[in-house]
Amino acid sequence: MSKITIPLGPQHPALKEPENFMLVLEGEQISGATVNLGYNHRGMEKAAESRTYLQTMYLLERVCGICSHSHTTTYITNVEELAKAEIPQRALAIRTLIAELERVHSHLLWLGVAGYEMGFETLFMYTWRDREQVLDCLELLSGNRVHYSMNTIGGVRRDISIEQKAEVSRRIKFLEERTRYYIKIGTEEPTVAARTANVGMLPPAVALERGAVGPTARASGIARDVRKDEPYLIYDQLDFKLITHNTNDVFGRLVVRVLELVESYKMIHQILNNLPEGPIAVKVPMKIAPGEAVNRYEAPRGEDIHYLKSNGTDKPERVKVRAPTLANLQSVAYMLEGGWLADVPLVIAAIDPCMSCTDRASVWDPKKGKMALYGWEEMRKLGIEHYKKRGVNFSGL
Amino acid sequence: MTPDSILPSLAYITIFPGFLFLAVYGLYLQWVDRKLCAVMQNRMGPPLIQPLADFIKLLAKEVIVPDAADSRMFRLLPFFAMAAVMTAVISIPVGAHALCSFQGDMVVVIYLLTIPTVTFFLAGWSSTSPYATVGAMRVLTQLFAYEVPLMLALIGPAILAGSWNLTEISAFFAAKPYLIPTQLLGFLAGIIALQGKLERMPFDIPHAKNEIVGGQFTEYSGRLLAFFYLAIDMELVVGAALLNAVFLGGSLGLTGWAAIPVFLAKTLAITFLLALLKVLMARIRIEQMVNFCWKYLAPAAIIQILADIVLKYKLG
Repeated sequence: MSKITIPLGPQHPALKEPENFMLVLEGEQISGATVNLGYNHRGMEKAAESRTYLQTMYLLERVCGICSHSHTTTYITNVEELAKAEIPQRALAIRTLIAELERVHSHLLWLGVAGYEMGFETLFMYTWRDREQVLDCLELLSGNRVHYSMNTIGGVRRDISIEQKAEVSRRIKFLEERTRYYIKIGTEEPTVAARTANVGMLPPAVALERGAVGPTARASGIARDVRKDEPYLIYDQLDFKLITHNTNDVFGRLVVRVLELVESYKMIHQILNNLPEGPIAVKVPMKIAPGEAVNRYEAPRGEDIHYLKSNGTDKPERVKVRAPTLANLQSVAYMLEGGWLADVPLVIAAIDPCMSCTDRASVWDPKKGKMALYGWEEMRKLGIEHYKKRGVNFSGL
Repeated sequence: MTPDSILPSLAYITIFPGFLFLAVYGLYLQWVDRKLCAVMQNRMGPPLIQPLADFIKLLAKEVIVPDAADSRMFRLLPFFAMAAVMTAVISIPVGAHALCSFQGDMVVVIYLLTIPTVTFFLAGWSSTSPYATVGAMRVLTQLFAYEVPLMLALIGPAILAGSWNLTEISAFFAAKPYLIPTQLLGFLAGIIALQGKLERMPFDIPHAKNEIVGGQFTEYSGRLLAFFYLAIDMELVVGAALLNAVFLGGSLGLTGWAAIPVFLAKTLAITFLLALLKVLMARIRIEQMVNFCWKYLAPAAIIQILADIVLKYKLG
């Protein structure tokens, strides 16, 4: 049978964000796959440099709609580390609480998307209906459903009252019951098993080599979780299990995520029951002394890394974000090859991709048919020339 | 031919049980199906008028024919699909008996119901775009998977009734309703194969939207797409009517207008079963579909045939 090349994206019903996968098909089977990034670059890192530390926090919250708390917490930990601020325990506990609620909402969302991609719309409808409960919790605590903005430099914006605590634990108890049902569906429903087992195989050696993170790595049997490896916030005081699975396929990723939900519920109850008393924030000066900081954070999708360089002013010198999807995308090309066309959407969805978090700029020259990556110096030159034409000279900067 | 014989025939073809009835009832069944799925999935579902509104909206849209496609064939295919389905209904008893019933009409109906599937394949193939081509290949692969189990499932009751005539088969079961439960296995195999024929979840593989966008219909738009969808809705009615006639004893011995409510009730019940199948499962892969149909569905239908042969021998 002759080979045909099918473009999946940048506009395709299976992709929620613009990204391109070129698939070489032999019949229904894939003999080659390439991943092309760069349709959704927003220049956030550069934009952060012209904002104050607090404004940058609100900007970085918008790196991703789903792990908004992850990005701000990682960034703010960097800022507070450079400012040598001592954050009150209660604020750290509230941050951890929001982080776990976020994980619950992200994993439930993923479960729905996975259901949709395998053509199981009922699962999608059910999980997204139940996900409303956790979104309601987040709204109750922070005032917002998606961009919670719970963090502020030096602590958190809002305190938690006793009534709120009771309401959150009531809703979480409901979700615990629903999750037991989803575990049953995910592991026992024959068509789900047929669609996920032995699909998108990622052996542990390849996962390590390609730097897979989060549930993608844990489903390949790699016990890697920043919450355990390098505890931040109050994770060292919490009792939870690190979930791994050794089937190396989409089924494993599904199992890891639903079992992590159960661990998250456990942690939420622990935090709510032992919320330390005290203030929720301390004052941090606007200007941060020169220095560099790097922090890691276990976002729902995997390890999120932020780098921050300060220069003594009230604006950061450099912010660098390494979102988990960038680490996992390298594995996707491997997972797609040799698989079925029918499994492509599911395999891509199984890393829980967030393209807008990840995107990097590259330049495509349609005349030469060549792709070029710009280095920092070239980028700077290009920018200066661009503004020179418009009558502004930045070459002195 | 005199006007006296032409006018009723025209009425049969255009009004009942021909075009108008099939179109209206098809759109209604589409609504029932969508509403049932919505309720089962904890959603609101569309209003009653929605399928008609969708149809009219599509009629008003521009028709785009790809440059690389054979324009005449591309435009004619939807009407071929619809014509085949409408021809099939003439031999299926909608009321007490079929308009044109003869020995062997069951084989003709099965044959006519294969034509829409072939037009789907040709539609995808003649569109020449990659998604449509993959969809077309899947249509054909799937055809070979469900067609044989469907035929085998229909043969069982025919053997028991000792007739290839749909009206006679339904009359046989209407006269001996205690035999209907013995056909359960064949009926279930028939329902599942029909789900495959109608390309509904979990067998909507040829136009799986997350994989190949619109599948064989990717390049279709406007009026042509509307008629393809209408043909699929009509196929749902005809498929349900076929199962009703073969397995459930048709009108159960009632004649005249009294037979119509029985027909509607039973086709609605079959639609309910089809909707239930749709919400219960994830879409399977094409090779899993072929495996399933040949490993489980066809043997189940064969077991039914053997049971029917034994039963016929016992009954004398």
